[in-house]
Amino acid sequence: MSELQTEIETKAKTSPGRLARAWDSDLAYSFRNNPVAMVSAFVVSLLILAAIFAPLIAPHDPFNPATLNLMNGFTPPGQANQFTQEYFLLGTDDQGRDVFSTILYGMRISLFVGFAAVMLALVIGVLLGLLAGYLGGWVETIIMRIADIQLTFPAILVAMLIFGIAKGITPPEYRDQMAIWVLILAIGLSDWVQFARVVRGATLVEKNREYVQAARLIGRSPFSIMVRHILPNVLNPVLVIATISLALAIIAEATLSFLGVGAPPTKPSLGTLIRIGQEFMFSGEWWILFFPAVTLLALALSINLLGDWLRDALNPKLR
Amino acid sequence: MLAYIIRRVAQSVLVLLVTGFVAFSMFSFVGDPIDNMLGQERTQADVERLRTQLGLDQPFPVQYYKFLEQAVQGNFGLSYRQGRPVSEILVERLPATLELAAVSGLLALAGGIGFGIFTAIRRRGPSASTIMTLSLIGVSLPTFLIGILLIYLFSVELGWLPSFGRGQVVDLGWWSTGFLTESGLKALILPAITLGLYQMTLIMRLVRTEMLEVLRMDYIRFARARGIREKSINFRHALKNTLVPVITITGLQLGSIIAFAIITETVFQWPGVGLLFINAIQFVDIPVMAAYLMMISVMFVGINLIVDMLYFAIDPRLRVDRTAGGH
Repeated sequence: MSELQTEIETKAKTSPGRLARAWDSDLAYSFRNNPVAMVSAFVVSLLILAAIFAPLIAPHDPFNPATLNLMNGFTPPGQANQFTQEYFLLGTDDQGRDVFSTILYGMRISLFVGFAAVMLALVIGVLLGLLAGYLGGWVETIIMRIADIQLTFPAILVAMLIFGIAKGITPPEYRDQMAIWVLILAIGLSDWVQFARVVRGATLVEKNREYVQAARLIGRSPFSIMVRHILPNVLNPVLVIATISLALAIIAEATLSFLGVGAPPTKPSLGTLIRIGQEFMFSGEWWILFFPAVTLLALALSINLLGDWLRDALNPKLR
Repeated sequence: MLAYIIRRVAQSVLVLLVTGFVAFSMFSFVGDPIDNMLGQERTQADVERLRTQLGLDQPFPVQYYKFLEQAVQGNFGLSYRQGRPVSEILVERLPATLELAAVSGLLALAGGIGFGIFTAIRRRGPSASTIMTLSLIGVSLPTFLIGILLIYLFSVELGWLPSFGRGQVVDLGWWSTGFLTESGLKALILPAITLGLYQMTLIMRLVRTEMLEVLRMDYIRFARARGIREKSINFRHALKNTLVPVITITGLQLGSIIAFAIITETVFQWPGVGLLFINAIQFVDIPVMAAYLMMISVMFVGINLIVDMLYFAIDPRLRVDRTAGGH
């Protein structure tokens, strides 16, 4: 036992550090040799950083009425306002809010809802998938039947329905406040099936492997076998689905908000901004619509491309 | 075969029972119907009387059964917002959605199969790769952005087509159609493209992959060796075997066309059931939401069932495999 311990310790000392090992891994190698993945990773990180540091970057606080000047309304991008001579990079909307700043804050809400909804779907899906795959029997039948029934309907429809029901349950005075959380709940619950199906499939394969039998023999509880032994081995496909789900969740959030059943105008996400901008499309103020739409597209497209790369890179068959 | 059909039908009934249960729970848990019907000045006796009258004092399973009985007859009560029977509103709105869905479905099918064959045959041609790249963008664009883009191009900039509404409609009995007037047809173009584009790219990619697969098979090579004309090989030999998965996928997509119509109808203010549903969510109009849910689940389940049956009818190998116990 102590011999093994020293061997491990010496190995840990001689082997390169964590960072260097990560740099040499297959995944990093395939990343360095894929320009599309690198560009999309760059765009995604740029947008995420911009969203996180929005209060520092944004030249104006679009939600503080004290700093708004209605005279600044409808300033075209890249020009000084004709009354106040103030300058706005991407122009302003009807109320004189700086479009660049509203996009930064809107992206924050879009990304937050997207990440939180995927996390919710992931936790529910992985847990139910593990239970269904490992326990089998009636637990599996019930979980997978529910998944089948939900899969009969498109996710966006399920999300709309959950949003509608949750809205009905919350008292009217809290509805705007709760809208973000209701959105997360609706999108998260509409998307867990994917995770559950994949994890169940992988668990069915893993549970007959020798290491699981060994763990069972030494008397570990089913729960700790599922979480400590099987879970780490089924995480690869979960990661891929999570990335693609993130793009889908961001688009779903934008769609719901665009339809007016999502983020309220007091806390606009990218979808809400596009909804607002659409009203001014006919009168020629194109920038109020155009820039949020391009941001949404860049975000969704680069996350999608990143997901595609990850799927290929983690697939052992393609190596 | 028979056992399979029975199992599928049982599963469909289960789906309908579950969605019925969801719809029923919406009535019972989202807002008290008594609150909605009685005003501020009410006595406890009033409440009790109405409760008995509506059958709300009965046990839960009995209420659920009564709800299903009413739902089967298409009775979902009055809309909270419009004060009219929900079934009446739905019937009034349904033709608009069905006409839109049918045209987009046809568009997606025709365009998808056409472009799919083209890109498979001219695999290395420049026009085929252009179409493939465009289809990638089409898949990534959210539906509502496609709609806005089309409105901007064809309504705002060019002024060729209307940006909202259904144009003039002609009443044929209870069915109002936009097919018979010029403004009705013009109004249909943009929404139909918006709704059909995503499905079209999906079908196109599917046809292309299947076609490429089939073109590699031995019988195609032999047909070529026998000197049969290229056109005849592509369309008579290869296409037939490509169409089996296409039909099933298209059938399943029909359901999502009806669901995605909600988005398209909102962008174009198309007076169909989708727009009705979105407005119902905004105003928490429970009877309309529940009725829409039931209606759409009957459609989905029906479509899925028909597609499954069709699969058996089209592909004789499935029938043989089942009876022989597979291999």
